[in-house]
Amino acid sequence: MARAVTPRRKLITTIAAWAVALIIFFPVLWMILTSFKTEASAVANPPEFLSADWTLENYAEVWARSDYPRFFWNSVVISVGSTLLGLLVAVPSAWAMAFVPGKKTKDLLMWMLSTKMMPAVAVMIPLYLLFQRLGLIDTKIGLVFALMLMNLPIIIWMLYTYFKEIPGEILEASRMDGASLWGEIVHVLTPMALPGIASTMLLNIILAWNEAFWTIVLTTTKAAPLSAFIASFSAPQGLFYAKLSAASAMAIMPILILGWFSQKQLVRGLTFGAVK
Amino acid sequence: MSTQSSRFAARLMVAPSVGLLLIWMIVPLAMTLYYSFRLYRLLSPDRTGWVGFNNYLWFLNSPDFWLALFNTLALVGGVLIITVVLGMLIALLIDQPVKGQGVLRILVIAPFFVMPPVAASIWENLFMHPQNGLFAALARGIGAEPILFLENYPMLSVIGIVSWEWLPFATLILLTALQSLSSEQLEAAEMDGASALSRFRYIILPHATRAITVVILIQTIFLLGIFGEIFTTTQGGPGSASTTLPYMIFKQAIAAKDIGRAAAGGIIAVILANIVAYFLMRSIGKHLDA
Repeated sequence: MARAVTPRRKLITTIAAWAVALIIFFPVLWMILTSFKTEASAVANPPEFLSADWTLENYAEVWARSDYPRFFWNSVVISVGSTLLGLLVAVPSAWAMAFVPGKKTKDLLMWMLSTKMMPAVAVMIPLYLLFQRLGLIDTKIGLVFALMLMNLPIIIWMLYTYFKEIPGEILEASRMDGASLWGEIVHVLTPMALPGIASTMLLNIILAWNEAFWTIVLTTTKAAPLSAFIASFSAPQGLFYAKLSAASAMAIMPILILGWFSQKQLVRGLTFGAVK
Repeated sequence: MSTQSSRFAARLMVAPSVGLLLIWMIVPLAMTLYYSFRLYRLLSPDRTGWVGFNNYLWFLNSPDFWLALFNTLALVGGVLIITVVLGMLIALLIDQPVKGQGVLRILVIAPFFVMPPVAASIWENLFMHPQNGLFAALARGIGAEPILFLENYPMLSVIGIVSWEWLPFATLILLTALQSLSSEQLEAAEMDGASALSRFRYIILPHATRAITVVILIQTIFLLGIFGEIFTTTQGGPGSASTTLPYMIFKQAIAAKDIGRAAAGGIIAVILANIVAYFLMRSIGKHLDA
């Protein structure tokens, strides 16, 4: 709702908006700055902003002391894998609910969403035992399945809201032309739904990347992703700030960059169809 | 357009996800229910047996339980209020014609990409730490005693950290809603002499109702299970001051190694989540034409 305003008012709102945005961003910025300081400089009193001793030492040391590439690769496999698998299951379901809705469709969606309200801690022990029985502890495939199921309701709901915006007449026309159900999905629906599928995928990669309960409970070493890497790095309180910050930055940087590049699609998807 | 056969096909396509979610929900839930009536302590594995409702009674009679219940609701309610109110204010501000709106959005969305253990450790160490934290330095700068955030105000500190994590989500959804509002309507109201407050009350707020509903719904789902932030910062302490229901269950399972009691707590948490879900759906579900 852009409206004509006086230059003075624009200046004031610009300054205010930037101040608020910088306050929200500041903790991340401060962490990144700290990661480039020497340990002594990181805890200097008063705090050092520009006068600090800058160094790359922390990154080198974190890299040397831990197997970062393995954690990183595990994070990629788990978050992308669980998202793709989730889409495979969710696309047909969301399609059916959007285009062949029954009386119970809305209840079904709400039920799916309500399965996410069950606190993970509440079912931690049984799920751990199940995973142990199935030999899935500390395996990537186990985490792929766990995170897929955890995020499935969100994936279905997002896709559903996108699919519902696709006009049904187009599908009817293609059906008249003799397209099969499968053909309809592959040739008509998918191209139209691709932006929606893309932003669903993005959001779920981010959710899976940042998941920090099951990834820690269900892994030990081999399959541990970056969330477990950072949990193992939590240094003794008040010590090694610079190295802790460097490790933190390494854990969040890949997803931060991905998120920044795709924030337009992401925000569009986040609204779950609430904003047309 | 739905014929008999397409209905059947639709059922078939919904079946896998319903089936998977049913298994994912019911199997662990049934196991938890079973354990909740059993004596099952990892420290004395030989003693087992049925104990009726004893595990539940222990939970309900524990003074920590009511505190944990209160803390859980305070966390959910507190974060919802802070993020929706602040998010709306920030969205209104950014929605004004300002320079560099694209960069502003990038700065504001950043906390959403920070994983909970990292977010908690940034706040705990770099900001709230009583010696080396930035807040302590600020306090010393103005000649005041550093505030012991996690020691004296553990629950408020956790609410603050979680609010920071969820503020971008609320802000950006509300901002998207505001941007879809037609400017003619607002200008007309302004010409007719409607004050800023009544323009907000009668035009902006009704327009944003669905967006607010989505914010509340999605955040509640995630907030009911908040665990990592408490685990990283206060460990539920001092004492039990910042113990929520999920954290109390975790303590029973991991520290006390009493699986039976933890399972009973799990069932109580699931019941609580269902009560919250029920009221949530009843009060705001009508705004969603999902």
